[in-house]
Amino acid sequence: MTTRIDTRFAELRKQERSAFVTFLMAGDPDPVTSLAIIKALPKAGADIIEIGMPFTDPMADGPVIQAAGRRALNAGMTLTKTLRMIRDFRKDDDSTPIVLMGYYNPIYIYGVETFLDDAKAAGIDGLIVVDLPPEEDSELCIPAMKAGLNFIRLATPTTDDKRLPAVLANTSGFVYYVSITGITGSAAANSAAVGEAVGRIKRHTSLPVCVGFGIRTPDAARGIAERSDGAVVGSALVDVLSGSLDADGKATAETVNMVADLAASLAEGVRSAKGGVKTSG
Amino acid sequence: MNSLPNSFRSGPDERGHFGMFGGRFVAETLMPLVLDLEKAYADARVDPAFQRDMARYRKDYIGRPSPLYFAERLTEHLRAIAAASGRAGGAKIYLKREELNHTGSHKVNNVLGQILVARRMGKKRIIAETGAGQHGVATATLCARFGLDCVVYMGAVDVARQEPNVIRMEMLGAKVVPVQSGTRTLKDALNEALRDWVTNVHDTFYCIGTVAGPHPYPMMVRDFQAIIGDETRQQMQEAEGRLPDSLIACIGGGSNAMGLFHPFLDESSVEIFGVEAAGHGLDKLHAASLTGGRPGVLHGNRTYLLMDDDGQIQDAHSISAGLDYPGIGPEHSWLHETGRVTYLSATDEEALAAFQLLTRLEGIIPALESAHAIARVIELAPERPKDHLMVVNLSGRGDKDVPQVGDILKGRKT
Repeated sequence: MTTRIDTRFAELRKQERSAFVTFLMAGDPDPVTSLAIIKALPKAGADIIEIGMPFTDPMADGPVIQAAGRRALNAGMTLTKTLRMIRDFRKDDDSTPIVLMGYYNPIYIYGVETFLDDAKAAGIDGLIVVDLPPEEDSELCIPAMKAGLNFIRLATPTTDDKRLPAVLANTSGFVYYVSITGITGSAAANSAAVGEAVGRIKRHTSLPVCVGFGIRTPDAARGIAERSDGAVVGSALVDVLSGSLDADGKATAETVNMVADLAASLAEGVRSAKGGVKTSG
Repeated sequence: MNSLPNSFRSGPDERGHFGMFGGRFVAETLMPLVLDLEKAYADARVDPAFQRDMARYRKDYIGRPSPLYFAERLTEHLRAIAAASGRAGGAKIYLKREELNHTGSHKVNNVLGQILVARRMGKKRIIAETGAGQHGVATATLCARFGLDCVVYMGAVDVARQEPNVIRMEMLGAKVVPVQSGTRTLKDALNEALRDWVTNVHDTFYCIGTVAGPHPYPMMVRDFQAIIGDETRQQMQEAEGRLPDSLIACIGGGSNAMGLFHPFLDESSVEIFGVEAAGHGLDKLHAASLTGGRPGVLHGNRTYLLMDDDGQIQDAHSISAGLDYPGIGPEHSWLHETGRVTYLSATDEEALAAFQLLTRLEGIIPALESAHAIARVIELAPERPKDHLMVVNLSGRGDKDVPQVGDILKGRKT
């Protein structure tokens, strides 16, 4: 089964470049603005879009993403509305891969089977669920694979060679390497260490390896893109979004443009990288 | 009818499941640490040297065994109430005096075990979350004793209402971090401790305070607390020559309750009651996860949680900071579903009344947490015959609550 993610990486391989992956929270700062931002991202150069599913207790996220989730929840965002937003996005864009990222409880409460049906129908391509390690694969990972959705696993600096095969076993789409031990929005990773880690993961898999956590500038994005198959940027985009809001935390006329502008310059950084997608097959 | 297990004491399975509850729902960064801990604990529990150390510190440092005390005046008081309503009964009430432990609660039983495991693992930095501050104080105490760095995460709301414990922790050399995120209570302290752990994986041991979190924590904490039930069994044998007829304990995460209950789970003659915090009332803000919640996934395990229809975790409320948590240990969820343990609740008002009653009748100021258990004893004891032996876990002392309760009572007089 070929997903939009597989197709996108095949295109990038032909163009000999790495992917620029963006992360923003669904419904931040409100559902209408959030949809407008997501619609603007492909034009700004995003190759893959990750969308956060807001959750009250985001245990792996730093203050920036925590605040984004709170804004979204305060604006009435729910998992049902997140799926509806992706359905609306898909009316104009049938090629940009969409990956939902978040925590398990809202999916569990929605109902795994129903969620997978609705996610597939909405045009979602992959899932990243932070609190579902391989030890809990029977919960969502295996059912998602059967439903034709990619289940993208996080590999981290603590995932050693002994553990990597277990982590990669049911992974599809790409591997998301978390470049630091820590929460989102933390200090940047050393790009040489990242290159080494990506090489280590690639000895175990033919999947593309994208790298996230701590990438904030076009230069940093280029550095990571030269050493991996994709750079993921989240907190830096959410920071700009947050800075564009008015005193009451509401979107302003600048919000969409400011986020899109930063995305465009980060995309520029990724595209200027030498190397590109090195994965075969 | 669901088939019941042959034993209620054999869980969890090797993946940390009690029936459908429990598990290891943590970020990949933490998974190798959780597996390391599982192995380190498995090694420790069969190592005679570890057991010798535990026994020695329990006796000479914590002051165990804690007494099993016949609460004569409370018993007489409730018999008089029974008689006034034409009933002949009134159970004989025993208090398991966990409040007499060093640091003032049952929490130290678990912390001792975890710190000894942390030392075996070569960890130098200990982090903990705390609600009422009792687990934080116990952790700060053992870190002082063993010369370990200690950071305690505590919701900003709890920092304000449990100030005496904050001062104690700081005196013991711990760094107390007030948590400003979310509802600024116990669940947010847990989130923040997990964020610290995921960042400082190389040298840090997370000392969880209750029977929750990813496997092996619920099992390990239960094992360390089971000394409460083991002693109770022996002490009751010495006092009355038989098993107790009922056990009762308050429940936030549920570690004091699990510790008392576990050794008795397979004694079918023993009735077991857990008491959750009903806060302002079960139809208002409360912390009764089993009564008012449903199964979900949070903080590393599947268990009963208070949440909305979108799976967002709801604010809990209890007058007692130690019970102010929207979840409960996974083994309790399983014991609830199998029907082995009966879960009740007590409101803030009932706990306050019980707090004052025990203080005046027995000269024992209970923690507000433990007062929730006393509140249900007031109802259950008069309904049972005089030869019924009821054990209440007096999990902590109320010194930390004196300023808060004093303010509430003063406010009512004026």
